[in-house]
Amino acid sequence: MTGQDFNFYPGTRIIGKWHRKQYELIRKIGSGAQGTVYLAVSDGKKMAIKLARDRASLIAEVNVLKQFEQLQSNPLGPSLYDNDDWLYGGETIGFCAMEYLKGTPASEALRKRSFDWTIVFLVQLLNQLKKLHESGYIFADLKPENLIIIDPGHQIRCVDFGGATKIGRSVREYTEFYDRGYWGMGTRKAEPSYDLFACAMILIDAATGGRFERSGYPQDQLLRKVKEASRLVPYQSIIFKALSGRYASAEEMRQALVSQAMERQQPSTQMRRRGVSATAKSKTNDGWVSAWLAASIMLTIYIVCVLVYTM
Amino acid sequence: MKKGTLRQILLITDGCSNQGEDPAAMAALAREQGITVNVIGVLDHFDAEDSRGLQEVESIAQAGGGISQIVQTRQLAQTVQMVTKQAMTQTIKGVINQELQGILGETGTVEDLPPEKRGKVMEIVDELGETVDLDVCILVDTSASMKTKLPTVREALMDMTLSLSARMGRNNYCLYLFPGKRKAVTRVVSWSPNLDSIERAFEKIGTHGVTPTGPAIKEATKSFGQIARRKMLFQDDEAYDDGPRF
Repeated sequence: MTGQDFNFYPGTRIIGKWHRKQYELIRKIGSGAQGTVYLAVSDGKKMAIKLARDRASLIAEVNVLKQFEQLQSNPLGPSLYDNDDWLYGGETIGFCAMEYLKGTPASEALRKRSFDWTIVFLVQLLNQLKKLHESGYIFADLKPENLIIIDPGHQIRCVDFGGATKIGRSVREYTEFYDRGYWGMGTRKAEPSYDLFACAMILIDAATGGRFERSGYPQDQLLRKVKEASRLVPYQSIIFKALSGRYASAEEMRQALVSQAMERQQPSTQMRRRGVSATAKSKTNDGWVSAWLAASIMLTIYIVCVLVYTM
Repeated sequence: MKKGTLRQILLITDGCSNQGEDPAAMAALAREQGITVNVIGVLDHFDAEDSRGLQEVESIAQAGGGISQIVQTRQLAQTVQMVTKQAMTQTIKGVINQELQGILGETGTVEDLPPEKRGKVMEIVDELGETVDLDVCILVDTSASMKTKLPTVREALMDMTLSLSARMGRNNYCLYLFPGKRKAVTRVVSWSPNLDSIERAFEKIGTHGVTPTGPAIKEATKSFGQIARRKMLFQDDEAYDDGPRF
């Protein structure tokens, strides 16, 4: 635990101690509790370099990424190119070189885009989680900061696997807001339902506009938050089920989410389809207008109904 | 490989001891008996007065072969469970390093291995950390200045048991508060697999001016003798079972 953030100038050269590969840093991409990620170039190829503050976490991540490479299906995480040590001023800094995924951090994308997109991303995420769980791991530290929306294609991908844990072991890394233990709603044992809880929290976070701290009665507080958020109304039962750990698999939750999203009113459903396929780009403009109209009409009807009901 | 039991003392304090034996010496003594001493210093603002407390926190952990961490009250929950787990990993790594030195000569440690081999060693460290049995004796400073922080300490301890109980290995905890009513230290929870009973442990605390950290560590070290005896009495393993085993 050195505690200090790495700050290297662009152009800094890194030479691996063991594999002797050379990297030149271009700029800092991100920084977290476990390390700092730089965009770098090696042999004319762009890649992401993660300099580890906590070596154990890096090793864990590398082990998981290696495991994925043996799988035949689509890549779950970024491909791993190299894993080495860098001797810098008498210090040894562990690092790994990974595929550079260009995109927007999900924390930003979720704030900027409509709530419809949040559902789409979550459906995609659940699909990824399903494969991850099938390979014997859970992601554990699931939060928007660890997810990225790939630039062309609007696909969500997990980027930071430092917290990934073998199913059956105990969770090493977590963020309080997305941790079911923090809310008193379950153990920190690595099982699929641990990730699904975090998925529900991502929805709540996106719908209520930010994280909040727990109060004296965390479970009631969560239920109240979900009930208060109008955008979560159609998904209430799914969220409750995920929060209480009653989904056995990511696939089960994904199917529930998809069918609920499709069941909603026609205009917004068409809208979503077009968004996903991203083919009719020129038409999206009038698509937006009609969607807005439909949404505001629906909202007005909803408010009127509520008013009538309460009176 | 035969699994042993890791033994730790976790000291949560906010300042300087002012009574009894030198705490660092007592921590060193605990270490000699195979017990790691970790210290969490709860210091909300750093000023000249705190710097002595800071030094003491570090020197106790160093002497006790453990980890020290200075935190603000609100970060306590994540820190307590993290320090305990990191200390476990450190101890296991220490043992593995010793073995490696036997094989590779004086300079061989896990850090000197090439990344691929290090990855495999860390897998084993992880596996051991997951399955080993753990005894933690928690020592909480309840002197006057800690009083307002105690509810957070209690929450942090509950959070730690939550994290540890997710492991496959068995856990045992006991809780001591110091200063005690008449003695230097009071035991409020004796060795047990969970800490459910601490809910009310912090309520009936009187405030005292003294902070006998040294005697408290000594008392905590002695408590590990009791658990050894209790284990002899309870040959029935089920009494300590708190999770699935494979």
